[in-house]
Amino acid sequence: MCGATEGGLSLAGVDVAKEAVIQGQVTRDGSPVHGAYVRLLDRSGEFTAEVPTSATGHFRFFAGNGEWTLRTLAPKADPVDKKVHAAVGNVAEVTIPIG
Amino acid sequence: MTRENSLVSAQWVEEHLDDPKVVLIEVDEDTTAYDKGHIKGAIKLDWTTDLQDQVRRDFVNKDQFSALLSERGVANDDTVVLYGGNNNWFAAYAFWYFKLYGHQDVKLLDGGRKKWELDSRELTDEAVTREATTYTAKDQDLSIRAFRDETVEAIGVKNLVDVRSPDEYAGRLLAPAHLPQEQAQRAGHVPTSINVPWSKAANDDGTFRSDEELREIYGAAGLDDSKETIALCRIGERSSHTWFVLKELLGHESVKNYDGSWTEYGSLVGVPVAVGDEPGEA
Repeated sequence: MCGATEGGLSLAGVDVAKEAVIQGQVTRDGSPVHGAYVRLLDRSGEFTAEVPTSATGHFRFFAGNGEWTLRTLAPKADPVDKKVHAAVGNVAEVTIPIG
Repeated sequence: MTRENSLVSAQWVEEHLDDPKVVLIEVDEDTTAYDKGHIKGAIKLDWTTDLQDQVRRDFVNKDQFSALLSERGVANDDTVVLYGGNNNWFAAYAFWYFKLYGHQDVKLLDGGRKKWELDSRELTDEAVTREATTYTAKDQDLSIRAFRDETVEAIGVKNLVDVRSPDEYAGRLLAPAHLPQEQAQRAGHVPTSINVPWSKAANDDGTFRSDEELREIYGAAGLDDSKETIALCRIGERSSHTWFVLKELLGHESVKNYDGSWTEYGSLVGVPVAVGDEPGEA
């Protein structure tokens, strides 16, 4: 869970020691999905942030310590929810396969 | 104001793509999004360079705004339709900004860029130029803009609606979570402000909830619509979204957006700050 996995989003310029990073990639049949929307919901299910995925299907959040839910929306796919734990000083890497 | 006057659907926009008196304008937090693809015929406004003074923290002045819209080819009698990413945060901010400078006919595309993309509607990277106009902005309508002293005076008196996420309101986060958290200002909220996250007003696809649902949400949160309201967030863009809901969709009489918002308030010396999930005392 610490550090970017091979092929993950570069952490250049991010002060990982001070941030609780949640990042990863949205995929469909193993290929990256560009232009999906990943929203970060807090432990009560309330919206906290949302980003569109990059050309390589990547996304990143700077959260706080605790449990979060990633909700992914994409054209022609049902929303996918995935729980993730974040902690300051760590990088939580998440792959989100969508239908 | 009503939903019919202030909001248009993606379908409406598609039907007006070739209407010369309808000007589509994309405004995004990510100012490069437009360049990668935009709705056909849409021009771009960059909220960081076009809409902000480049030295002081303030908006461009009336003459600068007039010159900007003249150069971009927007006329006073054009119907301006704004849209953008982030569930229209910055498009709503631009909507409020156009109202601030007295533009008559301005609308938001319901759902913004996200809804357009999720519907798999067409985007293009074709360059767009419009013939220059002679645009004349009005003096700022300060009945919709709140400043810091007025916000401090509103504690315990007016409705203060803090539309940030619950964790930002409570002081557990300092910025929306797609941005790094290290920030200069103190964490927390203006005492007596209620927390109604902007996102309560939107569906997952970025469209606004129905008027009935919206009335229910703000009523249940304790917003007294007989009182004046000041909306705030971190830099005034998400609160523009809620300003739009309260003023334009629900027709509340007096609603102001505090564009200084938490990055200003949380840096002021000596003002009261509340932390935690409760509004706190005046």
